[in-house]
Amino acid sequence: MTKVNADLKVTAIEQVAEDTFTLRFQSSELAGQLKPGQFINILVSERIEPLLRRPYSISNIYNDECEIMFSLLGKGTHILAEKRPGDTIGVLGPLGNTFGYEKSFGTAVIVAGGIGVAPFPYLTRVLKEKGIPTVTFLGARSTSRVVRDGLENLHIATDDGSEGFHGNVIGALAEYMQTHDVDRPMIFACGPNPMLQATQSFAHEHDILCELSLESEMACGMGICQGCPIEHHGGGRKYTLVCTDGACFDSRDIIFHEHHA
Amino acid sequence: MNTSYTLGTLRMKNRVLVASGTFGYGNEAAAYTDLSRLGGIVTKSVSWKPRQGNAPTRIAETPAGMLNSIGLANVGIDAFISEKMSFLRELDTSIVVNIAASSTDEYIDILERLEDEEGIEAYEINVSCPNVKEGGLNFGTRCDMTETITRELRRRTKRTLIIKLTPNVTYIEDFARACEAEGADAISLINTLVGMAVNIQTRRPVLSTITGGLSGPAIKPVALAKVFQSSRAVSIPVIGIGGITTWQDGIEFLLAGASAIQVGTASFRDPDAAVKIVNGMEAWCLEQGVEDMQELVGGLRIDEGVKAPGFVKAK
Repeated sequence: MTKVNADLKVTAIEQVAEDTFTLRFQSSELAGQLKPGQFINILVSERIEPLLRRPYSISNIYNDECEIMFSLLGKGTHILAEKRPGDTIGVLGPLGNTFGYEKSFGTAVIVAGGIGVAPFPYLTRVLKEKGIPTVTFLGARSTSRVVRDGLENLHIATDDGSEGFHGNVIGALAEYMQTHDVDRPMIFACGPNPMLQATQSFAHEHDILCELSLESEMACGMGICQGCPIEHHGGGRKYTLVCTDGACFDSRDIIFHEHHA
Repeated sequence: MNTSYTLGTLRMKNRVLVASGTFGYGNEAAAYTDLSRLGGIVTKSVSWKPRQGNAPTRIAETPAGMLNSIGLANVGIDAFISEKMSFLRELDTSIVVNIAASSTDEYIDILERLEDEEGIEAYEINVSCPNVKEGGLNFGTRCDMTETITRELRRRTKRTLIIKLTPNVTYIEDFARACEAEGADAISLINTLVGMAVNIQTRRPVLSTITGGLSGPAIKPVALAKVFQSSRAVSIPVIGIGGITTWQDGIEFLLAGASAIQVGTASFRDPDAAVKIVNGMEAWCLEQGVEDMQELVGGLRIDEGVKAPGFVKAK
């Protein structure tokens, strides 16, 4: 696998929901090797603020273009949102492991909260190519923030009740799973830690295979800084690293604490 | 042009090293940079036993810098020797092993264990980690402890011994002099400055340990001043560390009095940063007609009679 650390050309940027964007950049090298669940680290400008790169999931691949999805949060994402085709961004990757989409299961149950939806258009497409059906549960603050592109069998939950299930996404998931006969489900979840923790509990209670894609502060993305520990079971070590051992983990391996909220 | 630099058993092809804790054990960044272009690699701190490190959150970005509270998470001396040394030994660059410990005896045990290992050109002694409860800063902020550790380690090795100093003291020159008096070959500075960040939404500190160590461009002016002060207080070489991000930064540190430099946080931003700094410094020296980089060391031009304020210790 060839690692890339280069300034790459932005080819497209599009607003896909309120304060939410997709950005494409050109790299045949990365497009050829990035898999669903992996991430890249982006340096938005040459300036020393922001100083560090930030991790972004790959949201899709189109020929020799890679796409990320982001919502406006801090300085870096505001700079990214101002990028136009022809501008450059610093990209480093591929980083992290992939979702376990090669495992044996019948239906992919996607659970996403907020911008945690980012890795799922790519996963959905790859599963579709393998003939595996997907059902997607998407939680958002409000209908204006719902990202729909690239997702299938979409079930929406909104905090304000402006669309779909009024409440959190785990409520929508539980209701569906109770009333439908889902063939050998496997859950793939990404979103805020409280949502992931609730997904973990749900999966354990119902004995469903479940993978969580975690987010963490990280400085390097390659196991050097030791800044992204997550407590886990086994292995003789208390912590494992989100960047190199994840970002995708079997939900049975991860231990959440209150500080993750 | 001569770029090489020899400091006892440490024979470097150039004066740019990567700093401890910002480059792991060399293997992690190998896919992103040409390690053979580095003057040297200072390893992640090695302790006697493996250390799990502190609870998350361990890092926070701050204006032009970052706070960390890793807590010396490392594999321990056994795994370092059995798993990390074979890769390091084969590299075409100098290897400096950074040692961290909670007692003088632990420093001694680790150093004696490493003495049997080939391929180590120098030790850098971390007496200045701000993020562990025992040892760490307790040693680095006490001149007598710094003296004892330096003396005990000096007796036990002929390899180049570098003591890494903390800026979290009133007079860093006193510590520099203590290291020189006890036989250290060089001092490196600065380690991180104690700092903190607050989340106003949760009204909690961002880091799990409340305070952490500040690094990055934000601390470069502090580091330059400490290098300047220390290098004028001792005759052993000073290795400059602190926010070095560009080749111009590297030249500034040499002029201020550093004989060599370490690139730290910049490698997180770009794992190829140190090599870019090597290339930039060399190109500038060629352009300037510099024949040996030693010409730059301490070459700061200061008019006669001009002194920096605040350097005089109260009697």
